[in-house]
Formats: sequence, structure tokens, C-alpha cells
Amino acid sequence: MDFLQIVSASKHYQTPEGPPVKALDGVTIDVKNNEFLTLLGPSGCGKTTLLKCIAGFEDLDSGDLILGGKSLRDVPAHRRPFNTVFQNYALFPHMTVIQNVGYGLDVAGVAKAERDRRVGEALELVGLAGFGGRRPSQLSGGQQQRVALARSLVLKPKVLLLDEPLSALDRKMREAMQIELKTLQHAVGITFVFVTHDQEEALAMSDRIAVLSQGRLQQLDTPTGIYDRPANGFVANFVGTSNLFVGTITARNGESVTLETANGRQLRATGNRFQIGDQVRLVLRPEHLKILAPGEGPDRDGSVIQGRIKETVFVGSTIQVHADVGFGRTVILLHPHDNRNAQREIAPGAEVRIGYAAESAHLIAVADD
Amino acid sequence: MTRKRNALLLLLAPISLILGIFFLIPLGIVVVYSFLEPGLYGGVEWTWYPYNYGRILGWPLNDYEEFDPIYLAIFATSLKYAFLTVLFSLLICYPAAFWVSRRSARWKGFVLFLITLPFFTSLLIRIYAWLLLLRPTGFINAGLEYLSLISQPLDLLFSGFAVVLGMVYIFTPFMFLPIYANVEKLDYSLIRASQDLGANPAQTFFRIILPLTAPGMIAGSIIVFIPALGNFIVPAFLGGAKVQMTGNLIERSFLQSRDWPFGSALALLIMASVVLVLMVQTIRAGRKQAGDAA
Repeated sequence: MDFLQIVSASKHYQTPEGPPVKALDGVTIDVKNNEFLTLLGPSGCGKTTLLKCIAGFEDLDSGDLILGGKSLRDVPAHRRPFNTVFQNYALFPHMTVIQNVGYGLDVAGVAKAERDRRVGEALELVGLAGFGGRRPSQLSGGQQQRVALARSLVLKPKVLLLDEPLSALDRKMREAMQIELKTLQHAVGITFVFVTHDQEEALAMSDRIAVLSQGRLQQLDTPTGIYDRPANGFVANFVGTSNLFVGTITARNGESVTLETANGRQLRATGNRFQIGDQVRLVLRPEHLKILAPGEGPDRDGSVIQGRIKETVFVGSTIQVHADVGFGRTVILLHPHDNRNAQREIAPGAEVRIGYAAESAHLIAVADD
Repeated sequence: MTRKRNALLLLLAPISLILGIFFLIPLGIVVVYSFLEPGLYGGVEWTWYPYNYGRILGWPLNDYEEFDPIYLAIFATSLKYAFLTVLFSLLICYPAAFWVSRRSARWKGFVLFLITLPFFTSLLIRIYAWLLLLRPTGFINAGLEYLSLISQPLDLLFSGFAVVLGMVYIFTPFMFLPIYANVEKLDYSLIRASQDLGANPAQTFFRIILPLTAPGMIAGSIIVFIPALGNFIVPAFLGGAKVQMTGNLIERSFLQSRDWPFGSALALLIMASVVLVLMVQTIRAGRKQAGDAA
């Protein structure tokens, strides 16, 4: 059953310079109960606007928000069963942690005994028991973040909206909070709608990801779906690193297709959505590309690309190799780092043969962009 | 080390001289005079005479006089008008500050310029303008009569109303600026957070906005209250003979009845009230800071 439906939500802003900017352009998303949904996109893609519209801080120009079969369009923010964790946390500076967390219960007129019990539980949940008497200014960024979470969760919202809540934290803290947030979401069983521009964060935490660009929904899928089968060139580029080749399909034999690029490069892939003559984009993830040993052929029906190594970047477990493959194109691939075998052949300047398996090459219709 | 100290002394010399010569010494003279007997044609007789303060309290000086707290009553009137001035300028400036703070930068600059604009004209002229507006044949009465809203001119001038109106007019900028500085800093995401947590607009106002903008309101109120309490120019022009404030009494004591010691004692009464207000506020602020740090 659908839980929260966002139905062709549209919203534009008037800019002082002239034409109105479409912040949201017909976005439709069915949010499922108890899922961790991430709205992912670059800044200005409309993700925060969508979150504000769900929270009720902004109104949609057209479209609708439906919760449990009822429209929310005429429900003001303070009556919606949603709570928000703000990017800057927005903790009340003149109140203690307990007063902050208890605020929503106080304004709702919850009896003192129950209020105290629930505030205690919420602080326990986020690991801040014993910090209740402090002021927000006396807490670290991570602790403030937890207070903001507790303040929202104490109200048991139907949906928790999170507006880039981890962006102000340092890397280590952010990674720890990612796991903690996911665990917390499982523990409380509340739907989380999480906004971020960080694709790694989105891949790590989400049940599903909605990729937005220029106010439009580009793709809505699981993290693996988004990564392995990007719907278009934008998603392929924005999520993870992609090597893209544009070409026309010249041969098809069952699942196996061959395309030819404008430079005459012949590349193999699998797929049954396309016919001979279709313009397609071929997506190759760096980890699917392999430097072939002399005499070694490509895996399972794949292709070989000739290139020369331009640069290598050691990132720990792997080596990122940037290879010039002719016609001004650079291909990025990941080579496993192994201190036992000789790494001589992957030094800059070395000629290499790069191979891939046909099934790892994902095809996108050019018209989808 | 000594060079550093010499430099410091040199830098602080101008302010020390100005405060010493033009503030501390005159204040000392006023304190001393307030305990001396008034001279016959002004000036003082150098005899111990604490009755200046007794007179303020309405104490009879000799057998012919009776207990008459007229000066206390005037002081009470001054307090009342000063409070009303603070109240009305607060009511005007508080919403206005919110409105201005949400304008674009260019608008803000323009509005702030408009607010400081009256300072470019002499205070006396501006008060005189109110005299012309409020008098029976003035602009306001003439206008109302023209619109047939009244048949007889209203008694606007020389009343408590005119005095409070005049003082609100003069002191509004002083109330506006500290409130604006405070409201401008107010983080609107806190208001959103309050809404988001289920607070209705009234709850958001009283629990979040009011406590967070109180410092600006308190600062503005003090800045307005102090000069309003001792004000003499507005009641002199717009209050006429009907409205007396302590400021007028001080002026009369020095310039007309030539009773310098009594005037000094009244001046010190005003000063003591102001110091009291400032002390209460300082203690309150100090306590709040200690509470924040704890």
C-alpha cells in the first residue's frame, strides 16, 4: 500500500533577474512505509524544495501530497505528522537539551510525567542520557545533531525529514552517524526522507534513492539499481564514476549487441531494449574494467580498448588508473593493489589493453537524457 | 612594560579629561549643592541643609506648611509618561523591525536611513512642528473639521497625550535600532523548527521569538526610558502649564525660582532612578549569563 504519495509536484521561484526558475517539475514519488528514502542531487536540483514542500514550509504550485489517502495541501506545517531535522539543527539556544527535546510535547500539552518519560527515552535512544541540563552551545556538532534527532523522534512522526543533517560534521563523524542513522531508522520503524548531495552517503544509507536534477526526477531505485543500471547519462555521471561512450548499434545477436562510436570504435554489450540503428550510451564502471595481461582476452564476450596510462592514483585498496584511449578520451579504471606482484606494467606511459565483460556494460538510450 | 603603560595612559587621557572635567566634577558639585541652603538670589549658602530632599518627599518645612507630596506626584507623572513612551514605541518598533529585517539589503539601508533622517533636523524645530500640528487651528484639527468628523476643535495640545506623542516621536529611532539589531540576527530556521514541532503561531511567538528578541527590547526600553524620565523640552512645549514633569521642575528651580539646591536634589532623584533601573538590568543580565555558562 502506498504511504505518502508525491504526485506531479511542481514549484517555481521568481528570480530577480527575470524568468522564473522551475525548482520542481512534475515530480512523482510513492514513499513506502518504513523505508529510508534519499533525495539525491546536486545543489539547486530541487531536493530541498521538495523536502520543504513535504514539511509544509512551502506550498506546491501544482500537484499534490497524499498521506494515507488524504491530501495535505491545506494542512499547515504545524499540523502535519512530519518532523524535520534541519541542516543547521535549529536547536533553540535559550533552552536546555531537555527543554529542546520536550518542546514538541510541551506545545502539544502532554502531561508532565509522560513528557519526562518520553524525553528520557528519546535521549537514551540517541545516546545523550545525562546531557539533559546542557545548552546547545555546550555540545559538539555530533551531539547537537543527536539532540535534533531526539527532538523530532520524540513526537513519533509518520515521516522524519532530514535536510542534509550530516553535512556539517567531519568525515569520521559523518561515517559513524550514517551507520547510526540507519540503525536508528530500523529501531524506530519510522519512514525517513533524507536529503543529500553526497552520492556515497546516499548509496550507504538508503533503501531507495530518488535522483533529482533540474527539478525533475531522474531515477527512483534501490542503491544497487541506481549504480548498476543508471537510467540516463546524468545519473551515470552523478552516482559513482562512469566511462561513457556514445554510439550506434550496428549488430545484434540475441542479447549480444555491438555498437560503433563516431570514431569507429567497436564495443560489445548485452541488452534487449535496443534495435540496430539506435543511438545509445554505453556506461562502464571503473571496477568493471580490467588491464589485460599479454595474450589475455576480454571476459565473456566483451571488448578490448587500447590505451596508454596517463596517471595513476593510489587510493589504498586499489589503484585508480587514468588511461588515454585515443581521440582525446580518457578512461578511468580501478586496478587491484597487490604488493606481491610487480606493478611495473601500470606506470604512466605504459601501453595497456583494457578489457571488460559484455554483461557489465550498461546501455542507456540517448533520448532518455 | 612601562612604555606600554605610558602609551595606554596617553591613549586614555582624552576620555579621562572629558569625563573628569565635564562629568565627574559637575556631578560632585550637584551632589554637594543638593545638601546646601539656597541663596536668596540663586547660588548657595554654605550651611548643611538636608531639607531639599525632605521637600521632594512633601515634608513640611515649618509650622505653616502641611504635608504635600506634590513633587512626588510630579515624579510619578514623569514615571507614568516615561513608561507609556516606552510602551508605545515598543509597540511601534517591534513589528516594524520584523518587517524591515525581511526586506532586501537595499530596502533595509533605505529604511534605516529614513529612521535616522529626523536627526538631521533640530529637535526644537521638530517639537515646534508638533505644536503647529496639534494646536486648535492646526493641521490635524483643521483636517478633521474639513472632513466634518468633528464640529469643535479637539483639545490635543497641552495634554498628557501630546507629551507622550511627542516623546514617542522623538525616541522611536532609539527603540528601533537595538530591536532591529536583535531581530536581524534572529535565526528564522528556529521559527520553522518550532512550527515543525507542532507549535501554533502564538506558541512559537511566546516560546521562541519573544525570549530570543527580549534583549533588544530591554536595551531599547532602557535607552528610551532614561531620557524620557528626565525629559523637559517635550513637556515644556507640548504639555504647557497643564503637564509637569520632573524635568520642568528642575528647569524652573534653576532658572526661575533660583533654588539651585532643590534643583540639584531633583536631578539626583532622576539620576538615582535611572541608576536603579540599570542596576536591576545588569544584575539580571549577569545572572542570565551565569545561567548560560553553568
